[in-house]
Amino acid sequence: MKHEPVHQGRLKSPFYSRLERLDTVNEWHQWKGYSSADQLYCSDTEYFAIRNATGVFDLTPMTKYRITGPDALDYLNRLVTRDMAKIRPGRVAYAVWCDDNGQVIDDGTIFHLREGEYRLCSQERHFAWLKAAAIGFDVTITHETDDVAALAVQGPTSYSVLSKMNLEGLEELKPFGLMHFDFQGSELMISRTGFTGDLGYELWIDPDKAEALWDALFEAGELHGIRAIGTTALEMARIEAGYLAAYEEFLPADETVRTGVSRSPLELGLDWLVDFKKPNFNGRRALAEEKRNGSTWRLVKLDIEGNKEAHHSYIFSNAKARGGNIGFVTSAVWSPVCKQNIALGTVKTPHGKPGDTVWVEIYYQREMHWNRKMAKATVVDKPFWFPPRRGATPPGPY
Amino acid sequence: MKTYDAIVVGAGHNGLTNAAFLAKAGLDVVCVEKNDYIGGATVSRNLYKDWWYSNCSYVCSLLRPEIYRELELHKHGLQVTPYGGSVQFMENGDYYGSYHDEEVAYREMARFSRHDADAYKTYSADTMRQCRFIRDFLLSTAPDPTSFKPKDLMELARIGGKFMGMGEERMYETIRFWTMSVAEYLDEYFETDVIKAAFSGSGIIGTALGIHSPGTAYVLLHHYMGDVDGNVGSWGFARGGTGAVSKAIAGAYQAAGGELRTESGVDQIIVKNGKVTGVALENGDEIHGHIVVSAMDVKRTFLTCMNKSDLPEKFHKRVENFKIRGSSGKVNIALDGMPTFPALPEGSSLYHSDMHFIDSMERMERAYDDWKSGTWSQDPYIDMVIPTLSDPTMAPPGKHFMSCFVQYCPHQIDGRRWTQEEKEAFGATVINQIANYSPDFKDLILHAEIRTPQDIEDEIGITEGNIFHGELTMDQLLFNRPIPGYAQYRGPINGLYMCGSSNHPGGGIMAAPGANAAREILSDLRRPNTVPENWGDD
Repeated sequence: MKHEPVHQGRLKSPFYSRLERLDTVNEWHQWKGYSSADQLYCSDTEYFAIRNATGVFDLTPMTKYRITGPDALDYLNRLVTRDMAKIRPGRVAYAVWCDDNGQVIDDGTIFHLREGEYRLCSQERHFAWLKAAAIGFDVTITHETDDVAALAVQGPTSYSVLSKMNLEGLEELKPFGLMHFDFQGSELMISRTGFTGDLGYELWIDPDKAEALWDALFEAGELHGIRAIGTTALEMARIEAGYLAAYEEFLPADETVRTGVSRSPLELGLDWLVDFKKPNFNGRRALAEEKRNGSTWRLVKLDIEGNKEAHHSYIFSNAKARGGNIGFVTSAVWSPVCKQNIALGTVKTPHGKPGDTVWVEIYYQREMHWNRKMAKATVVDKPFWFPPRRGATPPGPY
Repeated sequence: MKTYDAIVVGAGHNGLTNAAFLAKAGLDVVCVEKNDYIGGATVSRNLYKDWWYSNCSYVCSLLRPEIYRELELHKHGLQVTPYGGSVQFMENGDYYGSYHDEEVAYREMARFSRHDADAYKTYSADTMRQCRFIRDFLLSTAPDPTSFKPKDLMELARIGGKFMGMGEERMYETIRFWTMSVAEYLDEYFETDVIKAAFSGSGIIGTALGIHSPGTAYVLLHHYMGDVDGNVGSWGFARGGTGAVSKAIAGAYQAAGGELRTESGVDQIIVKNGKVTGVALENGDEIHGHIVVSAMDVKRTFLTCMNKSDLPEKFHKRVENFKIRGSSGKVNIALDGMPTFPALPEGSSLYHSDMHFIDSMERMERAYDDWKSGTWSQDPYIDMVIPTLSDPTMAPPGKHFMSCFVQYCPHQIDGRRWTQEEKEAFGATVINQIANYSPDFKDLILHAEIRTPQDIEDEIGITEGNIFHGELTMDQLLFNRPIPGYAQYRGPINGLYMCGSSNHPGGGIMAAPGANAAREILSDLRRPNTVPENWGDD
């Protein structure tokens, strides 16, 4: 049987032609097979586009599934830990799903597009798991990563930009809401979601209309500081918002080799996503037991003294490092908008309660020579960056 | 009548910083301000329709990150966005640009001189070495070299240790650096006139000296030693204009329980039995306080707001002789659109940069000659920025705010007040120089605010409108600032303190004088210190 030879090299997103045109530094990496820009001209400037104006990020490579059928809701309620019955059509839910041991397989967003019709977006690919979990349910699960082009449009002027695109009713769109619009005869879905912790939207469209959407968006944004951004800038904003990333704060449990390296939702600070009132969901029994007996790990947000970034640092309970480490930093960044040295980390309980002091061992280089510093850090419970504009409906002009 | 623990005079950024740290220590503080707005020269003003003007200070780099963080200024609305590069327009139609990207910057410099492009690394390392030396002392009180107090001796030993640690050759270099002119310093590295002109601007901004005047190399350092997010030498814009800085500090101050009174100009600092007891306001009210902290410049504090008879004779004389000379003005412009600069390639990142319109060392020095003759420069050094290219909050979409810092501009013309005609002619000089490089610029001007040093003095209160509250020359730096023997924020009278930029480490939106003064005050009052430590670069 003849077949199309498998694609060699990197895939190009439907927005590639536009990104390539803006690119001046030629720094790309691959994201699930697609070429994705680290930065297009300067990651610092791109970061500030998110916090000061509008940054546009191509998230087409994000893994997407369509879930439909009479049992779609029941299926999702079985799959994820939170109660999906509360997520009405036109709403979006952040969710995690676990294996039978209550260990997180992935986190993602579930869009209730229309009655009984959902889209699930995640970092990793889970078709096999989703199919396995569907046994006994009348649902259809379709992989649609390549069928939907998507852009994140994030920042204080993002509403001002979109308001110039004749999107009637957008001003009423609340955080975690979604709406459908017509864009040149195709359906444009806009959700008020994002990975930056700021005012922002995500735009979802047929790949055939991707370039036209990009052009319309950038024309609308010309006077509002719109800029395309790469992953480096987005990652900084992600940590400031305190969001988790797969392979940073946790590993998909079904891909781990060693025992004890996966995490439960309770260990990731996601207790609020686990609804024990639901009679049954994957991992419920194990999670109930963990809740009774206590967790092993705790995700911490750290506000670290000084200005040396704490990449990959060990965390200790005391400045002398007595008793060995209690955990390690998973993501670290100097936050330009908070002027704070921040990090996410994972520590063994009972350490790491909000308000606790811990110590972070930081290695940093100055003119070839390495230095070590034990830096004091405070465990905080709120996101580092949470501006009022993020929740304002209707959003302000900037 | 109520007696406050502390009265801070002047709600500029240093006064507010001082007040905030005192309030955080639990003191009952009132901060009084003569204007009906706060911020002093760190201010955003709505002077034309929907435009907000950073009508005095306009960029931010020196603001100590330790203070930013301790006062949680981001929670009070402050966002500082870095901007990159600079451009020097040339009379021959060319331009010299400096870029954020190291290799692009190198190629541009090599377009003029490969020698200079290669020399830049050494220049940069030598300048950074001096920055490292001084940065460590910004957030600490300058030690008194004549004192035998353990604190002074320890701090002197620390400075001495750092100095000796440089090694013999670099110690010599450092001593030369602190006293030489910026022109001589640049001559040691570069051969291209326009490149030297581009770098020399930082040596004279805010000072009544020329590029060939001794001591200007240090002034260059004063503009290099700041940082934005750890990038030493970077500059940024406060979102919403520089007033956002003072607003945020005031927010932190008020959150700590501090009281703020505007339209409360101080007429006199009241002294009774050799001790300050409060202030008398211009409106006749009196406020009582155990201590008074002046954020005003040293001349205004002691020569205007105090009785000569309350002050030691020699101290008074020294204050009179303190150098605080008006040398720069501002032209603030509301624009109907973005002006084009045909010399620049379309879409160039240099549109977002600092723009300058002088291309030679000769022109830089000639600009100073006019000031010495008692008038403004006919061919001025302008530092022009358009913050609305990255800040959507200061003007309507598509419209812009342009800030032109102009040097040289004297406090008075030939020793008398400016006339309206002269003021307008000064504005026209600036606008014409820019228009030489931008044909559509004049047509886009909707409104212009012209500010001479005299205007700044009249409105803000800074003597001669000097942006640094006093020259940054060696005789007025560190333990000499403002007056030898009074460099630790304590005035000559019990209960009187100074926290303005006339004190170490000097001017710019740094907040260090205000914070350092708070540390000394809290120590005198035996209160816990609320002022953060210097993070250090190592």
